[in-house]
Amino acid sequence: MSADLVIRRARIFDPSQNLDLVGDILIENGKIQALGNQITVPPGKTIPELDAQGWLVTPGWIDIHTHLREPGQTHKETIKTGTEAAAAGGFTSIACMANTKPVNDSSFITTYIQQKVAADSLINVYPIGAITKGLEGQELAEIGSMWEAGIVAISDDGKTVMNSYLMRKALDYSKRFHLPVVCHAEDAHLKGRGVMNEGFNSARFGLRGIPKASEEIIVARDILLTELTGARLHVAHVSTAGSVALIREAKRRGIQITAEVTPHHLTLTDEVVGTYDTNTKVAPPLREPQDIEAVTEALADGTIDALASDHAPHSVEDKEVEYDHAEFGMVGLETAFPLYYRIALKKGVSLKRIISAMTQKPAEIIGIPKGTLNLGADADITIFDPEMKYRIDKKEFRSKSKNTPFDGWDVQGKVRYTIVAGKVIYSEAPRGHR
Amino acid sequence: MREKTHIPSRVPPNSLGIKSLLGTEFLEKKQIEQILKYSFLFKDLLDSGKPVPQTLSGKTVILLFFEPSTRTRSSFELAAKRLGGNTLALSKEGSSTEKGETLIDTAKTVQAMNPDLLVLRHPSAGSPFHLDQTLDLPVINAGDGFHEHPTQALLDLMTIQQFKGKIEGLKVLIVGDIAHSRVARSNIYALQKMGAEVSVCGPPTLLPPKVEQMGVEVHYGLNKAVRDKDVIMTLRIQFERLNPGQSPSRGEYSKFYGISESVLKAAKSDVLIMHPGPVNRGVEISPDVADGSRSVILNQVGNGVIVRMAVLHLLTGGELPKGLV
Repeated sequence: MSADLVIRRARIFDPSQNLDLVGDILIENGKIQALGNQITVPPGKTIPELDAQGWLVTPGWIDIHTHLREPGQTHKETIKTGTEAAAAGGFTSIACMANTKPVNDSSFITTYIQQKVAADSLINVYPIGAITKGLEGQELAEIGSMWEAGIVAISDDGKTVMNSYLMRKALDYSKRFHLPVVCHAEDAHLKGRGVMNEGFNSARFGLRGIPKASEEIIVARDILLTELTGARLHVAHVSTAGSVALIREAKRRGIQITAEVTPHHLTLTDEVVGTYDTNTKVAPPLREPQDIEAVTEALADGTIDALASDHAPHSVEDKEVEYDHAEFGMVGLETAFPLYYRIALKKGVSLKRIISAMTQKPAEIIGIPKGTLNLGADADITIFDPEMKYRIDKKEFRSKSKNTPFDGWDVQGKVRYTIVAGKVIYSEAPRGHR
Repeated sequence: MREKTHIPSRVPPNSLGIKSLLGTEFLEKKQIEQILKYSFLFKDLLDSGKPVPQTLSGKTVILLFFEPSTRTRSSFELAAKRLGGNTLALSKEGSSTEKGETLIDTAKTVQAMNPDLLVLRHPSAGSPFHLDQTLDLPVINAGDGFHEHPTQALLDLMTIQQFKGKIEGLKVLIVGDIAHSRVARSNIYALQKMGAEVSVCGPPTLLPPKVEQMGVEVHYGLNKAVRDKDVIMTLRIQFERLNPGQSPSRGEYSKFYGISESVLKAAKSDVLIMHPGPVNRGVEISPDVADGSRSVILNQVGNGVIVRMAVLHLLTGGELPKGLV
C-alpha cells in the first residue's frame, strides 16, 4: 500500500534529526524521498499534494502499550476497531499486549494476530508476547518461537510475574532474542483487593487502597534482576514518585532500563475516584498530586522515555457496576495526544520531548525502524493542528468501548492526517483544505 | 469533584435542600441541626403519647438491602410506618452482578414501581452514588461498604445530645476496626461538623492509612486514649471479614481493645458508652459495661427509629401542621 505524496508548507518537526523547519516533504513509493524548501516533483510524475500550512508534521506516532482484545473479547474491541481508533488518534504503529483470550503465549497466536492485522488494519501492529504461559506466572512461554513469529517484547502486562526466580529467568532468556521485558509492577499481595490508590482519599471514600509500595517493590526488584542478568527492562505505566526515583537511580548506574507514562497518570489524581465513576478505575491506580509532578518532571528530563496510552477497552457491562466489581482500565488511543499536548502547553515540557516520547523513543524501545522522517525511512507521518480547540466526546470514538474519564474535557491539538507508508489512512481536514 | 447532585423536578422540594442522603461528609452543620431538631420533635410527640402526623401517608419507601441487616432495615421500616408510609423490603444476597442483573438495572426496575424514596444498603462503597445519579428519587444510604452510614451517625449525635445536652466541645473516642467501618467515617464527619473533638483508637492494622488527615487524634493504646473522653463509641468487630494479618485472634483483640470496667477506671466517671450493635459481648465490650449505667446502647436503637423518621419526613418534602415546628 505504498504511495506517493507531497506535503507542502508544513512545520516539519522530527526530534530524531533535531529538525524543526517549515518546508515540504516528498514521498515516493511509501518512503521519505526528500525534505526541504519548495521541492519540485520529478518530471513526468503527477503526485497528489497536501497543503499543511499552519500544522505540524511529525514522524508517525507510536503507542507501545495497547490492548486490542482480539482474539477472545471482541465485544470490547477488535483489531479492526482498535486500529481505527489508533489511526484517528494519530498513531501509525502500535504494540498490543498479550492478555488476549487465549493469551498470546505461542507463535500460533502471534501469527493469528498478524494475519488479522494484515486483513483488518491500516496501521502497523506489533504483537507483544507473554512472559509466562497463560500469564499464570508458573512457566516461561515459548518466547523464542514467538520472536521468530515477530513479537517485539515480552510482558505479562495486567499481571506481575510474582515469582522472582522466574522473572530472573525470563530476563536471562530474553537476552538471546534482544527483546525488552516489559514489567507491570504491582505486588499482588500488597495490592490485594484494592481498587484505588491507598491514602487519605481511599480512607475518605471507603474503598480498599493499593499502596504505592506495591508498585515500587516490583520496580526495585526488577531493576535488581536486570542488573543481575544484564537484560533490558521496560517499566510500563510508571505512576509514583518513588518509582521515578528508582528508575532515575538505575539509569545513573548504567542499567538498561526504559520507562513509560500514560496520559491519565499525567493528568488525574485519586481525587476523581470520589465520584465513584468506574471509568476512573485503572491499574496502577490514579495517584496523588506529588506523583503527577514527579512523572511530569521525569518525562521532561528523559527519566521516563516514552508516552503510552495503555488503551484498555471495557464494555458497559464491565463498567456499569459497583466500583469494587468494575474492571480496571480505560480507553486511551483517541484521547492520548491532546492530553500529552496539554502537558506541553500547561506544564512546560518541551514539544520536542513530547514528540520524541511518541516517536523516536518508543521505536527504540521495541526496536522497530520507525519514529523518524530520515530520508529513505517509511513514510509514516502524523499531521496535527496545534491550535484547534475542541471538546472530547466519547460518542465519536472509533473504539468499540467508551470507558473514558475524559469525556467532556476541553482540549487543544487535533490530528488532521494519519499517513502510513505515504498513504492517507485517516483525515479530518476542514472543508476545502485538501 | 464531590459536589451536590441536582434535584430533579420529579422530586418534591424539601427544606433540607438536598435530594439524597449519601453521607454526612456532604451535609452542612445547619442541615444536621435541622435533622436533629425534627428528631427531637418526633421524640417529644412519641414520649408524650401524642399522635404522629402521617406525613408519609400514601407514599412508598423501598428498602433495597444487598447485605443481611435486621436492625437497620426494621428501623427504617418502623420509621416509615409510624409516619403512615408503605414499605417494600427487597433483599438480595451478595452483588447484583453475580445474579446477572446490574445494580442499576435493579434500581431502574424498582423506580418503575413508582416509589417515593429508596433506602439502599450495599457492600460496595459508592453504590448509592450510582443510584442517586441514575434515579429521579431521593436515595438514603443505609450503609455502603466501608464508606458511610449517615443515619447511624445522626442517631449517635441525637443520643449524645440527649444525654450530654450538647455536642460542641465534647471529646469523643471511636474504638475498633476503623478501616472497615462506615459508622466511624460517618461519625467522624458529623461530629467534627458539630464541633466535637474526635479521636480514634485501634490496632494499626485496622486504622485507615492517613486517617490523621481527617483531623482526628490517633491512638494505638486504649488506656491513654480513654482519659478525658466524654463519649466512647466502640465498634463491632467482624473477624469473619478480616484478612489474616489484620488481627491475630479474638482473645488478643479483646485484651488490647476491649472496653471493660478496668479500662474505664482511667476514664471520666460520666463517660457515655455507645455501640452501633449488634454487640459481640466479651470481644469489643465486656457484658458489665454493655449493660452498665453509662451504656446508652439501647437508647441508640430507639433513637435510630426517630432519626430515620426525621430523615424520611424531610427528604419526601413532608410538612408538619403549623404550630408543631
